[in-house]
Amino acid sequence: MSEDDTSGDDDRGLTERLRERRVTLWTLIVPPTVWAVHFLFCYLWVAVSCAKQGGFARFPIAFVAGTILALGIIVASGAIAFVQSRTPGDPPPHDESTGIDRTRFLATATLLLAGLSFVAVLFTAAPALMLTDCR
Amino acid sequence: MRDLTLLMTAGGVLIFVIVAALFTIAIRSRQGAIGHRGGMRLVLWAGAIVPTVVLAALLIGTLPAMRPMKADDRALVVDVSGEQFWWRVGYRAADGGAFAAANEVRIPVGRTVDFRLSAGDVIHSFWIPGLAGKVDMIPGRTNRLVARATRAGRYRGQCAEFCGLSHALMAFDVVAMEPAAFDRWLTEQRRPPPTPATLVAQRGARMFADNGCGGCHAVAGTPATGRIGPDFSHIAGRATLGAGIMPMSTANLVRFIRNAPAVKPGARMPRYTHLAPADALAIARYLETLK
Repeated sequence: MSEDDTSGDDDRGLTERLRERRVTLWTLIVPPTVWAVHFLFCYLWVAVSCAKQGGFARFPIAFVAGTILALGIIVASGAIAFVQSRTPGDPPPHDESTGIDRTRFLATATLLLAGLSFVAVLFTAAPALMLTDCR
Repeated sequence: MRDLTLLMTAGGVLIFVIVAALFTIAIRSRQGAIGHRGGMRLVLWAGAIVPTVVLAALLIGTLPAMRPMKADDRALVVDVSGEQFWWRVGYRAADGGAFAAANEVRIPVGRTVDFRLSAGDVIHSFWIPGLAGKVDMIPGRTNRLVARATRAGRYRGQCAEFCGLSHALMAFDVVAMEPAAFDRWLTEQRRPPPTPATLVAQRGARMFADNGCGGCHAVAGTPATGRIGPDFSHIAGRATLGAGIMPMSTANLVRFIRNAPAVKPGARMPRYTHLAPADALAIARYLETLK
C-alpha cells in the first residue's frame, strides 16, 4: 500500500468524521458569535485602555492574536460546514424533511455565515490595527 | 483628498454603468438565457465577492488618511474654550508670553497646531470644516484636536453642538498666516493696545470704565480685567464681531453695545439701551483703537 493511498484513507476518514458531527442551530451561530466576541474585544480593549491609561492599548499585538484566533475558528467552522453541506445520500433538490437534507441546509447556512463573519472580523480589525490612536 | 474624491466619483460612475448595462441585458434577454448554475455564479461573484473585495480595498487604502495627526514638539498650543455664545482663545507662554483673544484663532501655515478644547458652561463643539475634524468641548474635560494649515487663508469655524438660543450665531474664523506675518502678529498681541489718541476715543475709554464694561471684558494695560466676556485687548484687529456673525464696523459695534440680546438672543450681556447713542458711539470709537 503506497503512502498516497494511506493519506487518501485518512482524508476520507476525516471527511467521514466531520460529517458525523451533529449540525445544530448552535453550530450555526458559532461564526457570528466569534465575530461578536472579536468586535467587543476590539472595542472594549481600546476603550478601557484609553480611559484607564490615556493612551492606545499597550499590547497592539493582542489585536493581531485575537484576530488570527477569531479567523482560525471561523475558517475551521466554515470548513466543517463545507464538508457537511456535501453529505451524499438523498437525491437533489435537498429540500425534503430528511436528516441529510436538514444537515445540508444547516451546513450551507453556516458556511455562508462563516464567509460573512470572516470579512466582518477583517473589517473590524483593520481600523484597530491601523488607527492606533484614542481620538 | 482631491485624489480620493476623483477615485470615488470615477469608481461610482463605473459601477453604475456596469449595473445599468447588466439591467439592460437582463431585461432584453429571453427567458432561460442563463442557466441556474450560471445565475448562481453571477450572484456569488457580482453580488458578494467583487463588492467585498472593492470595499476591502477602499477600507485598507483610505484608513491611513483617517489616522489622526500627531502633535510634534514644535506644535503651537492654542487653548479654546466654548462659552455661551463665543470662543475664549488662549495662547501659551511657551512662545514668549501668554495672552488671551476671542472669536478668532490665528495660526501659522505649515506648523502643527495642537488645540486644547474645553467648555465653560455647556457642551459645545469645535468645528472648522475646511481645516480639521469636529471635536466636542465638554465642561471639565480637555479634548485635543491637531491640525495643520497648508495654505494661508480664512477658515470659517462653527459651533456644532446645540448649546442654547444663539447656538447658530456662534461662529469664528481661523486665520492661517505665513510664518513671518504670524510672528509679527504674535509680537503685537503681546503688547498692550495703544492709549486712545482722539478726544472721542478718550471719552469712550472713560465711558467704558464708568459703565462697568471692565467687569466682564478685559483690556490689557488697563484696570479692565473681567473674564466673563470676550477679551477686548485687540478687538479691532478681528474681522468680525459677535463671534463671527457680522463684520467689524462702527455701526455694528454701537448696535451690539446698546442691545446685545437683540443681536444675540440668550447672551449674558445685558441691554445698555439707556446709553445715549453718542456715548455708545464713543465706546465704539474707543474699541476701534484697540489693535
